[in-house]
Amino acid sequence: MTSPAAPVVTTAKIVEPTIFEISSPGRRGVNMPASDVPETALPPKDLLRSDLPLPELAEVDVVRHYMRLSKFNYSVDDGFYPLGSCTMKYNPKINEDTCRLPGFLYTHPLQPIETVQGNLALMYETQEWLKEISGFAGITLQPAAGAHGEFTGVLMMAAYHKSRGDTKRTKMLIPDAAHGTNPASTGMLGMSVVTIPSDARGNVDLKALEAACDDTVVGMMLTNPNTLGMFDEHIEQVIKLVHDCGGLMYGDGANLNALLGILRPGDLGFDVMHFNLHKTFSVPHGGGGPGSGPVGVAARLADFLPAPVVGIVEEAEDDLPPLYGFITPKQSIGRMKAFHGHFGGGLVRSYTYIAMHGPNGLKDISQYAVLNANYLQARLRDTYHVPYDRICMHEFVAEGQFAGSDVRALDIAKRLMDYNFHPPTNYFPLIVHEALMIEPTETENKDTLDAFADALIKIADEAKTSPDLLHSAPHITPFGRMDEVKAARELVLCCWLPEDYNENE
Amino acid sequence: MTYIPISPKERDAMLATVGVKSLDDLFEAVPQKHRFPKLNLPPALSEMEAASLLGEMASSNENVREHVISFLGAGAYNHYIPSVVDHILRRGEFYTAYTPYQPEISQGTLQGIFEYQSLMTNLTGMDVSNASHYDGATAAAEAVNLAYAQFRGKRKKVVVSPGLHPQYREVIRTYTQGMGVELTDKTEADLEVGPEALISQIDDNTMLVVVQYPDFFGRIYDYTKLIEAAHAKGSLVCIVANPTALVMLKTPGEMGADIVVGEAQPFGIPLWYGGPYLGFFTTKKSYVHKMAGRLVGETMDNRGQRSYVLTLTAREQHIKRERATSNICSNQGLLALGAAVYMSVLGKGGLQEVANLCYQKAHYAAEQISKIDGFGLCFAEPFFHEFALCCPKPIAEINEHLLEHGIIGGYDLGNDYPALKDHMLIAVTEMNSREEIDTFVEVLKEVAND
Repeated sequence: MTSPAAPVVTTAKIVEPTIFEISSPGRRGVNMPASDVPETALPPKDLLRSDLPLPELAEVDVVRHYMRLSKFNYSVDDGFYPLGSCTMKYNPKINEDTCRLPGFLYTHPLQPIETVQGNLALMYETQEWLKEISGFAGITLQPAAGAHGEFTGVLMMAAYHKSRGDTKRTKMLIPDAAHGTNPASTGMLGMSVVTIPSDARGNVDLKALEAACDDTVVGMMLTNPNTLGMFDEHIEQVIKLVHDCGGLMYGDGANLNALLGILRPGDLGFDVMHFNLHKTFSVPHGGGGPGSGPVGVAARLADFLPAPVVGIVEEAEDDLPPLYGFITPKQSIGRMKAFHGHFGGGLVRSYTYIAMHGPNGLKDISQYAVLNANYLQARLRDTYHVPYDRICMHEFVAEGQFAGSDVRALDIAKRLMDYNFHPPTNYFPLIVHEALMIEPTETENKDTLDAFADALIKIADEAKTSPDLLHSAPHITPFGRMDEVKAARELVLCCWLPEDYNENE
Repeated sequence: MTYIPISPKERDAMLATVGVKSLDDLFEAVPQKHRFPKLNLPPALSEMEAASLLGEMASSNENVREHVISFLGAGAYNHYIPSVVDHILRRGEFYTAYTPYQPEISQGTLQGIFEYQSLMTNLTGMDVSNASHYDGATAAAEAVNLAYAQFRGKRKKVVVSPGLHPQYREVIRTYTQGMGVELTDKTEADLEVGPEALISQIDDNTMLVVVQYPDFFGRIYDYTKLIEAAHAKGSLVCIVANPTALVMLKTPGEMGADIVVGEAQPFGIPLWYGGPYLGFFTTKKSYVHKMAGRLVGETMDNRGQRSYVLTLTAREQHIKRERATSNICSNQGLLALGAAVYMSVLGKGGLQEVANLCYQKAHYAAEQISKIDGFGLCFAEPFFHEFALCCPKPIAEINEHLLEHGIIGGYDLGNDYPALKDHMLIAVTEMNSREEIDTFVEVLKEVAND
């Protein structure tokens, strides 16, 4: 065993050494069978690497290391995780089994279509179901995540205008409440962003929108319900204004969990929308990914979808099912990633989830997601100021500050950890001071919601009586507040085997 | 079934607190004309029915473990995944957590990603790695974004090797369509010539050269001279590398590469019909501020404990909005953890065994197949576990014949390269036994004599 040599001089206490630090020369984990073919000489030495400085461990070392790490995490399986805009709902366990069926796990993306009809049928039906849920005419399953779907959508909007010779459109209208990915996706195409303010009720400011609408508008990217959790009360006028100036309407589907069986964005006149299968349709978030971000489009954009989409290449006959295959849309913007999207970890889980809910179950999801958010809002509005206070959708935003107190949203968030809750999203949306953005989802019971509301009310009281308790929180977690400035200044971004590693051989 | 844990009695109490009579009353802001559409979807299934339906769909595929022998690679590889990998990934603490924005209760994810970053930099010989991208193709496109940002859009040309995966080239083309970038991407180029042929295309307007290692046809080149020539013109160089090959081969870092990206699916991620996979992205420390994606750095908490946080977040979309280098938000967190577990549990020795088995079996297969009349290796360069084969008949015909014998043949290179009509790309990994290879050879002999 080697002692953990540190390249950066630090006196920090090591809670769990890295996988490099617990490595020991000559130790072995999983081994491979002996070769069953005659030996071929390796390539010339100047094409080979001289050493491979990677860890050497036994299997039990690896298992215990990652088990210890896992215990440092808070997760949905541990408890309430009301991160606004992230839809941290419970992830059904059956999905973990279906996505690991050997027929899905062990099929190669370039296999002949005749050998993967099960996969293609699942993709085809997923496309059909997402169309039905959203009211769109075409779907691509290719985008890997929400932001990737946005980029896909914006590319299609640009291609649509270009195909009509409408080349002066360079402006994208984006409300001030929008997710940062919206302007960033637009920026990737060199378009300019025009920020549209919100009105006092959390709707798009119609006057400002009207003033911005002209023949240079590519379209508008709108999250509805927006990041305040508000359904825009003038949504039909907003869409009409954008359409009347020749722009296209992009829907950010991040908040679709409020709309299943409630409203189909395509029916309202949206032209494009991405889905976040990892939010709405229970693909687990995996500590940051993988996500899955299919995009739906209205009929006039269907020819621009990324290539390929799944279609029926031979119709069903008598008792035979149809033959599914790949089709390239006529004016496709091209390919967004290699192969066919996040099939196994994304589409199979979502397919299982939708199949188990059916039309009524989907509506239940949104109704209870909205009920839970409104219930929390009702319980908290006397303690925390809710700047846009009306019936909310699946989430709401409160202010994490109190008159005459130096306690901030960050302190409240950290203190919540001591009550065994994951904090809400804070400091977003940007238009609310000290924002606490709370999204409970439909998979929490009344007891949990009550306990959470009680904790927040108690914390508000602590903010008055013992603010230092909040400034120094969290207290009962395995780690305390981090020095983020040190991380950015020193930029220690990786570790290595200890310097004296091979001396122990 | 649903997963809603609220009884009718509780629901009514909650509605009363909110001050509405029914669930439907919560939706009055939604235009009435479109409110509560009837969705034409199949009725809900119980868990038992869903398990059975998905089981049927999955088993209607022919998979490469149970039904067919496969020699397909071309960017996705059939490798053995040690049991430990999925046991760790199935920990709810890992897979049901979100992006680690609250580091006090996310150290498991953060240290896991920090270790993944470290494993990738040690593998590639580079300074820094981000927390991952969607896949190898999008990682390559993000390399173009980095170069574009590095030169502030003043250099406009990307020299793309014809030996880069055709789908990666397509993705780069899609990503750059709004940037006014010129891509030199000639598939009709002379494919016999080595990387030096690219040198003449590199000029003062070139921001990036993109090559693959081993290249799409499996060839191993030392890119050192190409990189020197590119640097002499001020251009950056990105190498798209296969991680299994890197276990054996000279590192791109040693060659002087500026950016090394690739598809880490071979490291513990199932074929899964193409995704989700894992794009890795490594670079030199001097480009870290231009790199997209999340990044984990070491720090200390207020109790004096070593710990980890997301760092340099000011580069990212939620801060920089339209001025961000990329709109990247999600990474492939769980799969990056999977790759780290894969590398750890095989360790240095196990990884070397995997790489060597791939190399040995591919060379055995190549040797046996080239003995058949009409078949031959296309290129003379050294290769790792994939090689291009000249065939006596159209590939579609050969592959149809192979499939009748339960074999999935190689990738038809004529799809992307007109000059390579009747050529297939064969991949062999540790999963292909000598018996499988011999069967493959026998059927190809039949094809030749047909």
